[in-house]
Amino acid sequence: MDYQLTEEQIMIRDLARQISEEKVKPVRSELDEKGNFPWEIMKLFSEADLCGLYIPEQYGGFGGGGLEFCLATEEISRVCGGVGVTFAASALGSYPILLFGNEEQKKQYLPDIAAGTKLAAFGLTEADAGSDASAMKTRAVLDGNHYILNGTKQWITNGGEAEIYTVIAMTNPEKGSRGATAFIVEKGTPGFSFGKKEDKMGIRASATRELIFEDCRIPKENVLGRTGLGFIVALKTLDSTRPGIAAQALGIAQGALDESIEYARTRIQFGKPIITFQSLQHMLADMAIQVEAARSFIYSVARAIDSGNIKDYSKVSAMIKTFASDMAMKVTTDAVQILAGYGYMKEYPVEKMMRDAKITQIYEGTNQIQRNVIASGLIKEAASKKR
Amino acid sequence: MKNIIVCIKQVPDTDKVQINRETNTLIREGVPSIINPFDENALEAALQLKEKFGARVIVVSMGPPQVKDALRQAVAMGADEVVLASDRSFAGADTWATSYTLAQAIKEIENYDLIICGKQAIDGDTAQVGPGIAEFLDIPQITFAQEIGYEENRLKVKRVIENGYEEIETELPAVVTVTKEINEPRYPSLKGKMKAKSAEITVWDTEDLEADENKTGLNGSPTKVVKIFTPPVKASNEIFTGDPSETAAKLAGKLKELKI
Repeated sequence: MDYQLTEEQIMIRDLARQISEEKVKPVRSELDEKGNFPWEIMKLFSEADLCGLYIPEQYGGFGGGGLEFCLATEEISRVCGGVGVTFAASALGSYPILLFGNEEQKKQYLPDIAAGTKLAAFGLTEADAGSDASAMKTRAVLDGNHYILNGTKQWITNGGEAEIYTVIAMTNPEKGSRGATAFIVEKGTPGFSFGKKEDKMGIRASATRELIFEDCRIPKENVLGRTGLGFIVALKTLDSTRPGIAAQALGIAQGALDESIEYARTRIQFGKPIITFQSLQHMLADMAIQVEAARSFIYSVARAIDSGNIKDYSKVSAMIKTFASDMAMKVTTDAVQILAGYGYMKEYPVEKMMRDAKITQIYEGTNQIQRNVIASGLIKEAASKKR
Repeated sequence: MKNIIVCIKQVPDTDKVQINRETNTLIREGVPSIINPFDENALEAALQLKEKFGARVIVVSMGPPQVKDALRQAVAMGADEVVLASDRSFAGADTWATSYTLAQAIKEIENYDLIICGKQAIDGDTAQVGPGIAEFLDIPQITFAQEIGYEENRLKVKRVIENGYEEIETELPAVVTVTKEINEPRYPSLKGKMKAKSAEITVWDTEDLEADENKTGLNGSPTKVVKIFTPPVKASNEIFTGDPSETAAKLAGKLKELKI
């Protein structure tokens, strides 16, 4: 399919593809097995200027938008979903600054993120506050010119590896969802430490850790937006980054489809390649339809968001995340089925793709929460229609 | 250092070359062209010296206009300036005429301290052009470098030899040819690629180079390729079978016998 990408977008896609094929593919299985953080690969992305695709030029970025970011995330995830999310999670950590940061904050933090010399991470989830983020217990109390942070964030992608953290904490618990505030916290701040590194089913190259705050003093200037805006910051951030998760899921699925076709062409049973069997052809056709449908949906939503013409894109960004991640789970499961016994073995890459795909239905809002978001969008639209 | 010159050659991507089984020649049509891989190592070495000591990196090549693609890639990797020596009369040059032409181009660039080349091209495999340039310019040469150091205006080079390396020092300017071991060439960056799109490529012809037409191209080439052929594969292997310890002993005995 020709998506009428610009020359620059094709450059981004091809460069991300080249690095992923040449440098990620040979090590993905080892990264998965050992759960090692892919610093060497992140350095290559940084040197290739891929880390600041979505950051404006004035802050050292490439000045692209969500589509550019999606293209790179898709290509990296096509080879390894774990490296893909490591790349994407830095955007999740920096979007709060991009969307709500003041000029000083942007100038201070975005250039390092754009250059790839520092990674960012986003801290929202807690042990008892997952889908119900408003149940969070992390507190920030004002003390002179500082806020004192106490609490523990859980399952934070890039935790421990990132330098810049955007963290949501309750500043006024009585106000409920209007009582949260977003902060920028730098690694190395006294009272800020990291808990255990999680042992995960998939995306094992990515680091997932607790952020622990014990009387951690943060300067007042590190508040993002203003106090009380924490949940708005979180929701707007997720609206902007869900296309990245959709692109990650799309890449994983495309990678599984590529492997399936290659295998089916070369695997001989009953004296001929299994791709000549109609039952298999139909499976492959269905996988290809799903992948391409997700791609055109993601690209068009990313384009629409980038155009700036739509203000509220919660619904559509939830739609592409849900569609692409459900699709990726289905396609990777079918890929394991096509490779059958070999597909189930770690020697072949598709079982990893299936494990990697699962998380895309869960994080940045489970697909059940996404459907709530979509439905509330539908209800809102219906209510605002003139009768 | 002021200027570091890197000489590159555009070659067919051998990973993608197929052989015409009837004529035993390479099928070059439709095969993408790349920068000779050793020349990418040369460019990387120059860029690293530039980052450490400050210098301008100027990339020079000889060939038809399509070599501009290779030069644009050099810009994308970080070259400051690129020059193409291109003239119909340069066609068919052997290594002598190529060295002469590149040396003429280098003479046009003032204040060069160092010239870096790949040790050889993957298509011709002669390893003669780097040394040839040094001869035409009458400056020192060090071939097969695996490390280039620079201290107090002198170059310290580790030169690969069998079973180890030599350490050689030289004054500048000099020609160094590099091996694959010296570094891992960087990827072109996005900003580099954007710059490469609009990069200006200087093209010099015979007149610009003040070259002697009797020394360039087919005319100026003392050597001629008489024939290219694929040698018949000599299959002389021996397979030992049986008990592993027994076969291992047999293999060891055979290796000893052959003095390997």
